[in-house]
Amino acid sequence: MHLTRTVRVVLGVLMAAGLAVVHVPLLLVLLNSFNADRSFAWPPSGLTGEWWVRAAHSQGVRDALWTSLQAGLAATAIALVLGVLAAFAVHRHRFFGRQTVSFLVVLPIALPGIVTGIALNAAFRTVLDPFGIGFGLFTVIVGHTTFCVVIVFNNVAARLRRIAPSLAEASADLGARPAQTFRHVTLPALRSALFAGALLAFALSFDEIVVTTFTAGPGTKTLPIWIYENLARPNQAPVINVVAALLIALSVIPVYVAQRLSSDSAGGRL
Amino acid sequence: MAEDKTPGTRPAPPATAVRLTALTKDFGTVRAVDHAELAIQEGEFFSLLGPSGSGKSTLLRLIAGFERPTSGRVELAGRDVTALPPHRRDVHTVFQDYALFPHMTVEQNVGYALRVAGVRKDERRARAREALATVRLEDYGARRPAQLSGGQRQRVALARALVDRPGLLLLDEPLGALDLKLRQEMQTELKQIQRTTGITFLLVTHDQEEALTMSDRLAVLDGGRIAQTGPPQEIYDRPATAFVAGFVGVTNLVRGAAAQRLTGRPGTYSIRPERIRITPLDEWDRAGTGSPGERSVTGRITDIAHAGPHTRFRVRLDEGGDRLTVLRLNTSGSALPARADTPVRLAWDADDAYPVPS
Repeated sequence: MHLTRTVRVVLGVLMAAGLAVVHVPLLLVLLNSFNADRSFAWPPSGLTGEWWVRAAHSQGVRDALWTSLQAGLAATAIALVLGVLAAFAVHRHRFFGRQTVSFLVVLPIALPGIVTGIALNAAFRTVLDPFGIGFGLFTVIVGHTTFCVVIVFNNVAARLRRIAPSLAEASADLGARPAQTFRHVTLPALRSALFAGALLAFALSFDEIVVTTFTAGPGTKTLPIWIYENLARPNQAPVINVVAALLIALSVIPVYVAQRLSSDSAGGRL
Repeated sequence: MAEDKTPGTRPAPPATAVRLTALTKDFGTVRAVDHAELAIQEGEFFSLLGPSGSGKSTLLRLIAGFERPTSGRVELAGRDVTALPPHRRDVHTVFQDYALFPHMTVEQNVGYALRVAGVRKDERRARAREALATVRLEDYGARRPAQLSGGQRQRVALARALVDRPGLLLLDEPLGALDLKLRQEMQTELKQIQRTTGITFLLVTHDQEEALTMSDRLAVLDGGRIAQTGPPQEIYDRPATAFVAGFVGVTNLVRGAAAQRLTGRPGTYSIRPERIRITPLDEWDRAGTGSPGERSVTGRITDIAHAGPHTRFRVRLDEGGDRLTVLRLNTSGSALPARADTPVRLAWDADDAYPVPS
């Protein structure tokens, strides 16, 4: 496409401005986590690691981090199993309702988190309460799994479509039983898609707040919930910056790695 | 077979490697293979020849076990395998896209059949190297398929399929992706490997020249049916149907009034272009009349195409206006002093107009 110099410059500036609007505030959070001035005066009067040390010693932050890690890892693990199974079912077999299943699996990513949250909240209250299972880490994991499955499913389904069908046939043709074909041929071909899906799913779970609010019990605090609850306390502000910076880092790194692993991974809402 | 000449025993008749009985495969309302009957002898180089959509690849997939037939039976080495999955059939396939495992080295690819059969690692490696040597790739074991050229991948696929000496090797248009020169080299090499290993080869191809030059016997497929089975020369010289006559080689198919004019009989006839002699009319008249048993007609050249070793003429006949194609070999000193519109006489032995059922 031919663009005049002026148009190119204008488009470049607009692009830079757009990216700046999104990313400068994030950089600010990162910088402020080292800002020596409590009121975040700009420019910073000096840099300090104090807030990071304080955050590291804060029991609330440590508990929240641990909860978030548990929820993220568990939701990712469940999502891997269910997402892979669903992707294989839809890819390999032609059954009645196949399109519908595919649609229903992907739907949670399109639904507003608040709707999923309310729905899960009501469901847990009526279904789990009678069994004595209250809101807590378990319900958070189930909530997160609903959208983590989508990420794994999309990644694996996209990869399955790209693997030449003749590979599995060649394996069977050379005498491999179905289980051997899966282990030696299909799984290695899926490996990077699984890894990318897992990373994205974990990143999604790690910074999720809306569904979490409706599915967490009063004692279950993930990192985003902890931030939300401490926003109103001025003396916690520096620590909040540290936690926010941590969240940014733990979300950006997996997404970056995942993108490099699979060019066609489905991002969804991040 | 020479080894079988022990005194007192008669050589055993060659066993049947593949037997298809009334094999039929429907995809929805489309009948891809229609009551195929075929018997391939052990050690034979057999080809399935047909245009795309003739069902030759489906036939191959039915034999490999990737497809289940709608009806009919597949027997391999005398055993009914119709209900068996691919991994329980003593058959290996060289795929059209080679289907090499991208995450494995060349040597791991070649040793795969041994690996899934539980062969020990050192023996596996030795036999993989041996198989690579038969395709002249012994130094490429450590590479990945992505680091090989098309011709090399083709040979790796071949080595992979030969490593544990299957009873039957299926080749699905294996040379289609190669350029002409490489294809001709591989044809010779394939034939060579088939002879030295003695494994039954079943080749699927749409290239009639490939099928004719490589096969001991071939079957020509037409719309899911086997139109004719036989040795190459027989298929070429005595085509069973008009389709076979037209698909295998180039031919002049004459029917109806044209047949009556050219052969003196009704029906459909195939006259191969290389069997027709073409002579400028003035030269013919100087030489006198043709030989007995020969038929000849006059016409004018409409088109001349020089194709290296031979020249192809299109001739419009004076009587009836039919067009015939004539091939003339460009041997030394035989250049035909002819241009478009030159009046010529075409002559052929009456026997060379071969009647085909239409």
